[in-house]
Amino acid sequence: MADRFIEPDTPELRARWGTFAWTEANAAKAKDIVARYPAGRQRSAVMPLLDLAQRQVGAEENTQGWLPIPVMEYIATYLDMPVIRVVEVATFYTMYNIAPIGRFHVQVCGTTPCMLRGSDAIIDACKARGMKKGHTTADGIWSFTEVECMGNCSSAPMVQINDDNYEDLTPERLNAVLDALARGETPKAGTQEPGRHTVEPSGGPTSLVAMVTENHDYRGEW
Amino acid sequence: MPKVKVDGVEIDVPNGATVLQACELAGKEIPRFCYHERLSIAGNCRMCLVEVKPGPPKPQASCALPASEGQEIRTDSEMVKKAREGVMEFLLINHPLDCPICDQGGECDLQDQSVAYGRGGSRYHEHKRAVTEKYMGPLIKTVMTRCIHCTRCVRFSEEIAGVDEIGALYRGENMQISTYLEHAAKHEMSANVIDLCPVGALTSRPYAYEARPWELKKTLGIDVSDAVGANIRIDSRGREVLRVLPRVNDEVNEEWISDKARYQVDGLTKRRLDKPYLRRDGKLVQATWAEAFAAVASLNPGNSIAAVAGDMVDCETMFAAKALLGALGSSLLEGRQTGMDYDTSSLAAVNFNTTLSGIENADAVLIIGSNVRWEAPLVNVRLRKAVKKGAKVFLIGPEWDTTFGGEFLGDDLSVIGNLPDAVWETIRDAKRPAIIVGGAGLGRGGLEAALALGERIGLVRELEDGSKWNGFNVLHMAASRMGGLMLGYAQKGGIADLVAAAPRVVLSLGADEVDYTRFANSMVVYIGHHGDKGAHAADVILPAAAYTEKAGTYVNTEGRVQFADKAVFAPGDAREDWTILRALADAFGVSVGFDCFDELRAAMISAVPALGIEGLADYGADLPAGGGSAAGLIASPIKDFYMTNPIARASATMQRCSAELLHGELFAEAAE
Repeated sequence: MADRFIEPDTPELRARWGTFAWTEANAAKAKDIVARYPAGRQRSAVMPLLDLAQRQVGAEENTQGWLPIPVMEYIATYLDMPVIRVVEVATFYTMYNIAPIGRFHVQVCGTTPCMLRGSDAIIDACKARGMKKGHTTADGIWSFTEVECMGNCSSAPMVQINDDNYEDLTPERLNAVLDALARGETPKAGTQEPGRHTVEPSGGPTSLVAMVTENHDYRGEW
Repeated sequence: MPKVKVDGVEIDVPNGATVLQACELAGKEIPRFCYHERLSIAGNCRMCLVEVKPGPPKPQASCALPASEGQEIRTDSEMVKKAREGVMEFLLINHPLDCPICDQGGECDLQDQSVAYGRGGSRYHEHKRAVTEKYMGPLIKTVMTRCIHCTRCVRFSEEIAGVDEIGALYRGENMQISTYLEHAAKHEMSANVIDLCPVGALTSRPYAYEARPWELKKTLGIDVSDAVGANIRIDSRGREVLRVLPRVNDEVNEEWISDKARYQVDGLTKRRLDKPYLRRDGKLVQATWAEAFAAVASLNPGNSIAAVAGDMVDCETMFAAKALLGALGSSLLEGRQTGMDYDTSSLAAVNFNTTLSGIENADAVLIIGSNVRWEAPLVNVRLRKAVKKGAKVFLIGPEWDTTFGGEFLGDDLSVIGNLPDAVWETIRDAKRPAIIVGGAGLGRGGLEAALALGERIGLVRELEDGSKWNGFNVLHMAASRMGGLMLGYAQKGGIADLVAAAPRVVLSLGADEVDYTRFANSMVVYIGHHGDKGAHAADVILPAAAYTEKAGTYVNTEGRVQFADKAVFAPGDAREDWTILRALADAFGVSVGFDCFDELRAAMISAVPALGIEGLADYGADLPAGGGSAAGLIASPIKDFYMTNPIARASATMQRCSAELLHGELFAEAAE
């Protein structure tokens, strides 16, 4: 993510987002979030509020959502904290988008376990659909980034799209997921392997086999 | 008091000390970049690694590790040596090899420590990281590729200055130090980050490519841009002062100075008076010293002569003028140029009695008529510390951005005698209450009203631990004020008394804030260094030396007597002030009793012994009762922080700061 930069502060950006304010529902949520922290420590709420703001921006422009500078300033004023501290947080965590993003943010894991299980093919499949690393497609639907380990190594390869993970992928399964998303459906999150529920060993357990049916006492056998 | 062993030597360390401090107490040098005594501990540079037993079998960051009983610390083991070499190698991976064109060269922590603790060679052949420049205003030049992410600047602006304007954006290798949207740093102390920066990432913009540190002559001086008397080091080359840096003095300025103290020095080469001038037919024309003295002698004032001291003159100059006037039979001396006439019969009543470091311990402070941030930025830092310790601050006067919170009670002097109940109760119940009266609060009965309030509170008291507390403070704005008052530069009615006496000659000792139209019938002899307001009104100009060009004694607002040395010679025909006054005595045909600087200083010390002893002068703790009531709107006397004295007004840097930071003018970058 070396090429992550804040979207420049332009008059157009100000004109579009300068009037940002919570929607009614989000205002209530924000109040709730701030109330989780002791009085006077309201700035602890900066992370959940940034996420809330990102989602509101996303809802407004039908994308995953991102954080324009005026929105960060709004959060800073809302929490009565220096805006530079808000920007520090927003730029540190990669789950905050600090530049415009598409409808679906496809984050393909390319770290070793995923790579060994075929993430190169997944990346090729994404590219075949016109996605380019670090870019959003012209229709504004797909943003594509290659990321480091997302912690789903036992169901590699995987992608994260907005709030959901899709695991045990092949190019075909990925295409099925993406097609479903593009049609406006909500595909099943998690593993895409038929018959697999979570990250249990595929093909049945290979260790502690006797524990499957009963509480077997292994101690005498060691 | 834990006992620890450092390299086999057992020592006692104070409670709460870190391992790094323990090593320093044992006389061991620990290399460091992010650790700084006056900032919070970050522990992110990893340069201070040492070996500590008991503990994990790996080197530990000593700056963030508390020293505890029975620790065995090694700073000389093979593990420590390798750890330092390793950290240094990592730091240098992304640090450019541009020392030959870097302004920090020669006074760079990274340079010094890589020589002392590094491997001596590089094994790195990959690409180095590059970072775009960040604009931080007219004072701070940035070369962010050199940044090693110590975050000292971030911590300074947040903790000391109290203005969150610098932050660390992004993370890991991509971390970048920047002000918000690259706005200019606007705080009055912002340039201190240049001293804090251990590498050449933040350097001085006006001083860029001017000189190398080893070319410079270092002279110990005292800052005259405000009444705090910050201890400075004047770096000069040849006849030019190139820069001013702070010296460490925990009692006065810790190790900070204001941007004005640091950067007004480029005004020392501009608009200088380097020849005597005489007014002929309404025009100032150049003259020789002989002509000038002859012209002044021909005025033949007798005892109809007065002297007005400017804000930046030293005690020796004021004493020499006093001696001259005394020899002529006059005692018309005044230093409060703008016409203030508060009572000066008790110097304790016009002194910063808690001392500058003592105000940190106050637990309730009432500030009357002072924009502390502009009048004494270093005191603002102290007040911020007091508030961090829990002090409540109330302010009377026009509102300003305090950086430490505080409650504004109104901008009329009458509030002094009419405090809201809650405020009165807080101050009354405080253990160490303090009042600070600023320049705008002194006049129109403000000082007396504040004294009366102080009497009601009982500002002079004995604390529980038996020490004395005197919480009555006056915060002056002129470096010469306390010295002037000690030398008697005050008339009962202020400068109006001088006007009423209608002297034939007015000696103006660098007095640029005086309304000279009131002296229309007097001949004004201006002894000063800049062609500013005073010189415009003068009939005779005798060019003198600025504060860097003469040795002198200064008394700061807490009554601290400090001595400054001469760094460079005055330009052109300009002379040191006392020599001019000595020559004037000859011109008038009187004797002042000194022929050299040492004799002058000795005469001054025998007249006012306190001026001979470096340190706090003792004015006693008895405050006059005060009384009466004050009324009137308080207006801040400083309209522009960067333009308060003739040197600053002549300084291109200060002019740019004023235009850009205070008046919002835009300046294009060179490449735009």
